[in-house]
Amino acid sequence: MNSSKTEPILNIQNLSAVFTDGNGELRALDELSFSVQRQEFLCVIGPSGCGKSTLLRILGGLLRPTQGSVTFSGEPLVGPRRGVGFVFQNSNLMPWRSVFENIALPLEVQNTVMSQVRPQVQELVELVGLQGFENWLPRDLSGGMAQRVAIARALVHDPDVLLLDEPFGALDALTREKMGDELLRIAVHASGGRTRRKTIIMVTHAIAEAIFLADRVIVLSPRPGKIRMDVPIELPRPREERLRYTPEFGKLAQRLREAIG
Amino acid sequence: MRSRRVILLFVSIAGLLIGWQLLVTFGDFPRFILPSPGDVLNRFLETVGDGSLFRHLATTLKEVFWGLALGVSFASILGYLIAKSRWIERLLSPYIVASQSVPLVAIAPLLVIWFGPGMLSKILIAALIVFFPVLVNIVVGVRAVPEDLHALMRSLGATRWQTLRLLEMPAALPVFFGGLRVGATLAVIGAVVGEFVGADSGLGFLINVGRGLYDTALVFVAVFVLISMALILYGIVVGLEARLLAWQRRSEE
Ligand SMILES: Nc1ncnc2c1ncn2[C@@H]1O[C@H](COP(=O)(O)OP(=O)(O)O)[C@@H](O)[C@H]1O
Ligand SMILES: [Mg+2]
Repeated sequence: MNSSKTEPILNIQNLSAVFTDGNGELRALDELSFSVQRQEFLCVIGPSGCGKSTLLRILGGLLRPTQGSVTFSGEPLVGPRRGVGFVFQNSNLMPWRSVFENIALPLEVQNTVMSQVRPQVQELVELVGLQGFENWLPRDLSGGMAQRVAIARALVHDPDVLLLDEPFGALDALTREKMGDELLRIAVHASGGRTRRKTIIMVTHAIAEAIFLADRVIVLSPRPGKIRMDVPIELPRPREERLRYTPEFGKLAQRLREAIG
Repeated sequence: MRSRRVILLFVSIAGLLIGWQLLVTFGDFPRFILPSPGDVLNRFLETVGDGSLFRHLATTLKEVFWGLALGVSFASILGYLIAKSRWIERLLSPYIVASQSVPLVAIAPLLVIWFGPGMLSKILIAALIVFFPVLVNIVVGVRAVPEDLHALMRSLGATRWQTLRLLEMPAALPVFFGGLRVGATLAVIGAVVGEFVGADSGLGFLINVGRGLYDTALVFVAVFVLISMALILYGIVVGLEARLLAWQRRSEE
């Protein structure tokens, strides 16, 4: 995992984020430094308000850090990049667009020829298991289905990097576990076809979810967010349900729980 | 359900006509005060026959259409700029708010003096009266676009034009239609007010002529045609809205 020979895809140095508004300054992130390897699955956990979303927005090029630097594939990150897919906490779909049209949005923005769009979108529809729902509108979808559309939309332009901000936060526990499995199937374990393994950074506040999905977990302190702990998760892949009930899993969960405080 | 509504509508119209006829028969009003439904119908057929009704209707329709188009276009562009830029908002909003306290009826004569008794002055009056409600709706609609959807568009590297076309326009459409519905009715009022002040053609002009000649039946004809026109226009806007905003309809049907 930490082979120094491969260049990290993301390198974060002394990153701080300070918000200034009418009544003073609010330090959201404080001097974070870490790097992310290609094809790594990193989970970031921490108490709410500690700056997780802020961190993800910075990595997605949506927000400029107050201090520090972020390099993406060796270049300084100055704005949103096309090789990045973003999944927001709420599914963030356009209510006037059908499932198909929502998934096709990134291709439309990239001015892909419309005749080429259909097979690409259809492939994603099938990958997330929404065949038959292509023409449905977001208001008719369940939370889990809407989140699937959001994930398909983030993957349709085949990005190398996937940034997920508490993507399953609004789902019930069972749906949530199922969606985690599907995310692994689609973006990590999948082999062949055009779905190769992605670099994934996912924010969550569920410890078990982080351990089950990630190669590595970073724990942030309460605001201002600093790195409290950075642990590799050396559980075998593909991850299977029974892993959740092994002693290693339990020990990791306990360590992370104590780190969060 | 629907057919019952239509039947009720016919019953109420029939009731109105009967009541009207009874009033004429037993009230003993002179014709120039209250013509009977039959008188009005005859006058209607006459004006249709000699083509004058359609000529006047066409004038008013054109004024309403162009007034609406002009007012909605300007209000949309300005509303978008105001919604997107605090700077433009600070610069313009005092004037726009102040302009709302000017009664349009009072400045209509000025516009007729400046732009003549033809259609142009009516188009401008209609456009002015339409402007404000549409503007307010555009500002509200564009401001209400969720920040997360903006972040999504930025994360995709969307251009300003793409954000406008793919996000802001469809998101603001429901509120825009709210403004358009009000605007469509107001445009008719604006055009008729302009025609009252000074015109050589149009339904408002026809009302003036009828009044001058004590041809009250003609006034009734013009008023009924105006009402029908406003209703049809409103219906077109509502129909368009239902088509374009099908995604918004509640799933109760
Ligand atoms: N645009 C902003 N302006 C001012 N304060 C902000 C802004 N975005 C986030 N914050 C503040 O920064 C802190 C971290 O927010 P966030 O990154 O959303 O936390 P988390 O996702 O971990 O819950 C919070 O206290 C939040 O109120
Ligand atoms: Mg958050």
